[in-house]
Amino acid sequence: MGVLTQSQTAPLGGGRVLAQSAEMPQIDYGAVAPLLIVFGAACLGVLVEAFAPAHRRWSVQVGLTLLAVLLAGVFLGMHAQEINTGATTLAGTLAIGPAALFLWGTLLALSFGAVLLLADRSVEPGGAFVAESNTLARPGESAGTPVDAPGAASAAVMQRSAPGGVGMRTEVFPLALFSLGGMMVFCAANDLLTMFVALEVLSLPLYLLCGLAKRRRLLSQEAAVKYFLLGAFASAFFLYGLALLYGYSGSVRLSEIAAATAGSLRSDTLLFAGLGLVVMGLLFKGSVAPFHLWTPDVYHGAPTAVTGFMAACTKVAAFGALLRLLHVAFQASSWEWHWVLWTVAVVSMVVGVVLGLTQQDVKRMIAYSSIAHAGFLMVGSITLTERGLAATLFYLLAYGFTTLAVFGLLGLVRTSEGEATRMSDWAGLARRSPLVAAVFTFLLLALAGIPATSGFMGKFVVFSAAFSAGMGPLVVIALLASALAAYLYIRLVVLMFFHEPDPEGPTVSVPGPFTTAAVTLGVVVTLLLGVVPMLALDWASVGGFVS
Amino acid sequence: MNLLLALILLPLLGAVVVALTRGNEPAAKWTALGFALLELVLAAAAWGVYEPGAARLQLAGSVDWIPRYGVSLSFGLDGIALVMVAVIALLMPLVLGFSWNERLPDGRGRGGFFALLLLQQALTVAVFAATDLFLFYVLFELMLIPMYFLIGGYGGQRRRYAAVKFFLYSFLGGLIMLASAIGAYTYAASTTGVGTFDWATLRGVLSEAPLEVQVWVFFGFFVAFAVKAPLVPLHTWLPDAAQQAPVGVLVLVVGVLDKVGTFGFLRYSLPLTPDASRMLAPLVLTLGVVGVLYGSLQALGQTDLKRLLAYVSIAHFGFIALGIFAFTSQAQVGAASYMVNHSIATGMLVLVVGMIIARGGSTSIADYGGMARITPLLGGMLLVAGLSTLSLPGTNSFVSEFLVLLGSFTTRPVYTVLATVGLVLAAAYVLRLYQRVMQGPPSGTAVLDTLGGPGAATDPESAVDGGNRTTPRDLDGREIGVLAPLVVLVLFLGLYPAPMLDVITPSVEATMSEVGVTDPVTSQGGN
Repeated sequence: MGVLTQSQTAPLGGGRVLAQSAEMPQIDYGAVAPLLIVFGAACLGVLVEAFAPAHRRWSVQVGLTLLAVLLAGVFLGMHAQEINTGATTLAGTLAIGPAALFLWGTLLALSFGAVLLLADRSVEPGGAFVAESNTLARPGESAGTPVDAPGAASAAVMQRSAPGGVGMRTEVFPLALFSLGGMMVFCAANDLLTMFVALEVLSLPLYLLCGLAKRRRLLSQEAAVKYFLLGAFASAFFLYGLALLYGYSGSVRLSEIAAATAGSLRSDTLLFAGLGLVVMGLLFKGSVAPFHLWTPDVYHGAPTAVTGFMAACTKVAAFGALLRLLHVAFQASSWEWHWVLWTVAVVSMVVGVVLGLTQQDVKRMIAYSSIAHAGFLMVGSITLTERGLAATLFYLLAYGFTTLAVFGLLGLVRTSEGEATRMSDWAGLARRSPLVAAVFTFLLLALAGIPATSGFMGKFVVFSAAFSAGMGPLVVIALLASALAAYLYIRLVVLMFFHEPDPEGPTVSVPGPFTTAAVTLGVVVTLLLGVVPMLALDWASVGGFVS
Repeated sequence: MNLLLALILLPLLGAVVVALTRGNEPAAKWTALGFALLELVLAAAAWGVYEPGAARLQLAGSVDWIPRYGVSLSFGLDGIALVMVAVIALLMPLVLGFSWNERLPDGRGRGGFFALLLLQQALTVAVFAATDLFLFYVLFELMLIPMYFLIGGYGGQRRRYAAVKFFLYSFLGGLIMLASAIGAYTYAASTTGVGTFDWATLRGVLSEAPLEVQVWVFFGFFVAFAVKAPLVPLHTWLPDAAQQAPVGVLVLVVGVLDKVGTFGFLRYSLPLTPDASRMLAPLVLTLGVVGVLYGSLQALGQTDLKRLLAYVSIAHFGFIALGIFAFTSQAQVGAASYMVNHSIATGMLVLVVGMIIARGGSTSIADYGGMARITPLLGGMLLVAGLSTLSLPGTNSFVSEFLVLLGSFTTRPVYTVLATVGLVLAAAYVLRLYQRVMQGPPSGTAVLDTLGGPGAATDPESAVDGGNRTTPRDLDGREIGVLAPLVVLVLFLGLYPAPMLDVITPSVEATMSEVGVTDPVTSQGGN
């Protein structure tokens, strides 16, 4: 591609970064340091997997992963202090501006919490992941009835066969790091091809992670296959759209697509077909209805810690990329596509809330709630103003931390057969463990958008930005959907507090230090952003995307 | 420290302290009562400091909260808010006193109950004191949480249903209000260039807005307030909540919480959107009058004591709405003072009925009869509360009701005449209640059962708690202590309402001038 000419001027009036040589693109190491650290640590993690003795792997991997995420965060912070305007680097394939930095920060912070969840070995003795795959392939166990029983049996076998408490696959950590790196590239990608590669880099490890649950193997594997197949379709759509957009504008660079849409006589069919297909791929990742069908099954089947990682981080990455695409490349043509995404937002809110109301399983309910939240996020995403962007970024941060803590707590309520996620199992939980019930209620209220939580602040800033941008009717629909959605969560609160516990019911495990830390992190952020939103709102409002 | 801030934070602190005394019931009870009494002292001090006729909002303070969105933590009291804060401070010790030994559902501690009550008090005071629209909304919704747990955790058989219904109604109303608030903010941002939620600033901007904008803003606020101060047809949550809520909580619901709605009309609807308020007044008046008649007729037909109380309140809220939207200062002063007097009269009625239920163990009217013979003092109290509820001259409610009717008649004769029918009905439902429960020979399963008479039969359907009852005794010292302050207030404010009216009137007149209405010539001369 002959795109090594020059990068675009940053819209905020920053300096031009010019003059790469034809052989070697200039690299702004300061800006991409977080990425290099994450990918480097992921590669290192693979080596650890190969060379470290089995009984050391867990501690080495956890230490390495957490250190990498922290270090990346430190470098990110240093870089964010330096510049505010942003620049493109790596021959213009990455555009690292204020919004991208905010998304990176969000992703790093969320994955720090998620890695803590992944690392926990006390809630599920030995960790929530399979120990050795060959012990599981025995036909008598995995081909039995679909749910619980075979998983429980094999878990029992494994616990006996894995003395010393190692019993956990540690490649989840490098996989998570690769995925995280992909997410970071995803929301900083400056051309569609980079975005596509990042999409695959973030997705493939996730497909694998979904299938690694120690208990309920079949459900977990089904989730993985389903996610993989549907994800592959979505990727194909994205790629097809990319091709059409290339045909339209003659470039995959977002800025050049934007320039082409601004005023040209080229075929609109190519443009909108391409845009539609590309956006479809992104909406799939963000689990926006009507592209949400994988969400409940995958949330339900994947190991809870992985679901937490996926629900929090993938959402951020997908919406980060969508925001980037719409703001940078398609702002000029927004009049034509606006109403389509308007509809998608409404559909997503309605589907999420209405189907969520019929669920009997807590994880599936949270999955549908995430679809409803995706609808609210869509409201923010199609508000193409500076304020709309800042609001959506804030919402992503707030939602991510709340969701992370929710999945941290979900894993604690267990029977002898593993997690108890049926709603009826949760009856009277407040009697058994008032603290867990109270914290979970707080998080549910945050998801419902009750004031004094980050969830409310997120909704408020998004809705007021959308209202200012003239989308009053959509805001009213969203508010009504929020009211309905509140019932979703209140139902669970009623169950936990106002019902008598079943004496045979599940117990609440005492969380280990890792889960405690992750949940505390999520809860504190949820409260803090609800009371002092300026902490993050100021940062989110620093500036937009560069290209 | 600002006195108003102390008024808000003190019960909050009390809630935390009481919650920390889990398990130790006497400590929790006395701590809670101590905080409630201290709050009463503070409220009295605030009343003393308040200067009627001076600035509109007094004891005010403000701190930036979300400057990017023009949101600040601003508090201040006008006369109407002041009297409401005083009413909460007055009712809270009485509610605690009433609930002192009340039987709670299994496994529920009194410490948690009292902590939630204090939390509710803190949030309610804050709602009345907020002078930032955003802050008001936040507190308006937050206020639902402790009430949700109070009803759902400590109520009767169908408490879950009632709690969820209460929550969803109010939450939905609140969200619609949020849409209006955001609309107001956006409008302010587009006309002045600076978005803000500050009440005083928004009033200046919005009252000049075109009618269309005002109507939308008015509508959102109206839905929220009409759910809160239940106006027919948005009232259906109240009878359920009333039936299931514990009696002490019911006092707070009808006495204080619902007043946020009528207070909202006076503080937000009228000043922010005067043109829309004037234009849509007939709609509100119609709903108000329908509420008066419908509530009264329903009250006549109820077989359940607590549901009856709910419908009595619905009728009274119709009166208050009538007074507010009649747009004369007499009627509005009447409505504002009715808010207080309704709290006192209905609060007392609820407490007395609660004491009856505590004796009989049933909430069904049919289970009672002739109790005055056995418990004469309780009978007398029911009569006093009932007469105040039906606005007998000489009781506190009479002054307010009279002012409302007098003031409304000059501008809205038809509505007023229709509402007057409600007075007749009020006499009917109150006297019917008194007659059924107190007069005649002792009868009814609840009464006979407790007497241990030969005809006693238990009715498990209507029994709230089975067994463990002693012969109905008359009021004990604690109960007299709970009711006595209310009896004094009923008579005092009935004979000498001036102290309260003096505080309210300047604020009402300020509201009137904001709406841009002057009194018709005939009604000049005030009260």
